[in-house]
Amino acid sequence: MADSGNGKTPLLDELEKGPWPSFVTQIKSVAEKNPRARALLQLLERSYREKIGHWKHGGIVGVFGYGGGVIGRYSDLPEEYPDVAHFHTLRVNQPSGWFYTSDSLRTLADLWEEHGSGLTNMHGSTGDIILLGTSTDELEPTFEALTNAGFDLGGSGSCVRTPSCCIGQARCEWACYDTLALTHDLTMAFQDELHRPFFPYKFKFKCAGCPNDCVASIARADMSIIGTWRDDIQVDKAAVKAYADDGMNIERDVCGNCPTKCIQWAGKEIDIDNENCVKCMHCINVMPKALSPGKDRGATILLGSKAPILEGAIISSVLIPFIKIEPPYTEIKELTEKIWDFWGEHGKNRERVGELMQRVGLGNFLEEIELEPIPEMIAHPRENPYIFFEEYFEEDEEEGE
Amino acid sequence: MAEAKERKTDIGPPHYEKLMPPIIKKNYGKWKYHERLKPGVLVHVAESGDKLFTVRAGSPRLVSVEYLRKYAELADKYCDGYLRFTSRNNVEFLLTDESKIDPLIKELKSEGFPVGGVGAAISNIVHTQGWVHCHSAATDASGIVKSVMDDLHEYFAGKEVPGKLRIALACCLNMCGAVHCSDIAILGIHRRPPRIDHSNLNKVCEIPNVIASCPTGAIRPATVDGQSSVEVEEDRCMFCANCYTVCPSMPLNDPLNDGLSIWVGGKVSNARSEPRFSKLAIPYIPNNPPRWPEVVEAVRNIVEVWVKHARKYERMGEFIDRIGWPRFFKLTGIEFSKEHIDDYKYAGLTYKRSAQLRHS
Repeated sequence: MADSGNGKTPLLDELEKGPWPSFVTQIKSVAEKNPRARALLQLLERSYREKIGHWKHGGIVGVFGYGGGVIGRYSDLPEEYPDVAHFHTLRVNQPSGWFYTSDSLRTLADLWEEHGSGLTNMHGSTGDIILLGTSTDELEPTFEALTNAGFDLGGSGSCVRTPSCCIGQARCEWACYDTLALTHDLTMAFQDELHRPFFPYKFKFKCAGCPNDCVASIARADMSIIGTWRDDIQVDKAAVKAYADDGMNIERDVCGNCPTKCIQWAGKEIDIDNENCVKCMHCINVMPKALSPGKDRGATILLGSKAPILEGAIISSVLIPFIKIEPPYTEIKELTEKIWDFWGEHGKNRERVGELMQRVGLGNFLEEIELEPIPEMIAHPRENPYIFFEEYFEEDEEEGE
Repeated sequence: MAEAKERKTDIGPPHYEKLMPPIIKKNYGKWKYHERLKPGVLVHVAESGDKLFTVRAGSPRLVSVEYLRKYAELADKYCDGYLRFTSRNNVEFLLTDESKIDPLIKELKSEGFPVGGVGAAISNIVHTQGWVHCHSAATDASGIVKSVMDDLHEYFAGKEVPGKLRIALACCLNMCGAVHCSDIAILGIHRRPPRIDHSNLNKVCEIPNVIASCPTGAIRPATVDGQSSVEVEEDRCMFCANCYTVCPSMPLNDPLNDGLSIWVGGKVSNARSEPRFSKLAIPYIPNNPPRWPEVVEAVRNIVEVWVKHARKYERMGEFIDRIGWPRFFKLTGIEFSKEHIDDYKYAGLTYKRSAQLRHS
């Protein structure tokens, strides 16, 4: 009983000092009543002392009928810290936009106080509510309590991971489509793919309402659905004038930052060359009362982003420059299924779809998912002359049959 | 045979509409504009004229049920029980009564929750589990985040900055925190090749999978003490830990060598310049719990250089584009080393391929 005896945590106590809210204070707030939280504090203190984590690698645990949603976790010091010998985490699918009522938060708090460590993450990196740490025998009871309260598990492993989105039209005037509705719809449509992993690796959807991309979909989602528009930026001339009268340096702060220099300020009015506008959002961000996205709104669909493991990080690239986003979202679902079919057949174990796309080449990938190549998909055409022409003429073929 | 009750599965998340305040339901998709009223406070004005006030508070992300109840209590007291969380783990209270903003802020502050992070500010640090819950962590996450935010909280709470600055932390290269497109990324790294447990490797791992997992082909089959196992060509190991992900007998965690690297200049927003990856600023800082002073200092230094020299709206990467990398290293005083030069795929694309240089 190395540390679990005296219960002191001098190193972690240092992290209760200072103005930012402390996770140590959070753990301590339940440690008195909850033996798991208490043991976690002791084990973490030991990690701080030894500069190494004390969690073992994975372990397959879960709830009946699901292949994911629970991250198995065991301490490598189970004898010394029996209360965290198992410390499994449940990923709970968050409501779109991370909206809660006080009652829904209390429901989660009560059930997790009863069944687990009393510690959560609000939220995990993919978007789930994370219930942090319980034992194997508590998994089914927790799941039952969750489903009775109207919650379900999120994704883990080689499956559709829990989709997430920005706040969208719930509160944002820039949202070019209903990100919450699409996220909820995709989540419900792909429940089987979410709970029962059968892909080569994970697949993430993130729905961002505009190119500001507040959910980082272009960096963190295999399929990034980013709101945009294809007509003219809406301009309220009086409001533009009000910004100018109020002292805004429109020439420098707005026009000077336009990536295609498509916005001009002549001292009285702004003039936008909308054909050359790339929908970057800067001018709209700076003058929200005067400028807003056009009326013909939809989204750009990009594919492939991921963190470094295995072949290096990827930022999503364009598949569909513009698509209307309307229920029942048939086009997006059909495109997704085609991508999954090709990936399911040709993807290697633990190969993300972005890596597959790079391995086979975007041109070949497009043929497989039945999309035509268009220049919007590339930053520029190839620079090297090593073209894989797939056919050539033969002399005797010229004769015809 | 008969089950006592039907087991519910595949019900999905609660529908968001059930959890939204009436003002949002009423004005859904009909918002006209928004403004930042003061640090941490937004007003959204609907076409109907309705006003929704948002008060944003920082959170440690790791939140206990006690504090969830505290959030619930505050929401009941000030905004009819309606609240939400942001993609950067802040909590937002959704008010319709403007007169309740200041009392709520006062109570949040007295409970230890800073209010801010809106607009041009340093918002909360997106981060991972670290030693709290992860088997592959090269460092802790929450402790560094706490230490860095303690140091930078004034920038969260309203001290003026040129534009948005997004910091993220991931405790290993798996990057659950997807830090690879952040203005400043703090990334846990291993620096010692896996130490192979030959005694059980062939029992718990599939050797072909282990070999295939290595991006540089550094792992080969080997027989050690009569056991089927693998060996690692250490010169080719870049410490990605992918082998450990597929095989627990190849741990890379090592207290002597694990630590942090710092990356700068990434972004996900399309505003002005295109989204881009973060680039290496500092290859290695040793782990120094509980408060990682060297990391805190390194981040503050980079932030202060940006605050002092960047133009309005310039994100870190855009700022560096304008001044150039040599000047970034000069201004920050960060030493440039061999580790900064890429040597993985497409490394050549990162060499300076022009004579456009600043010589002053």
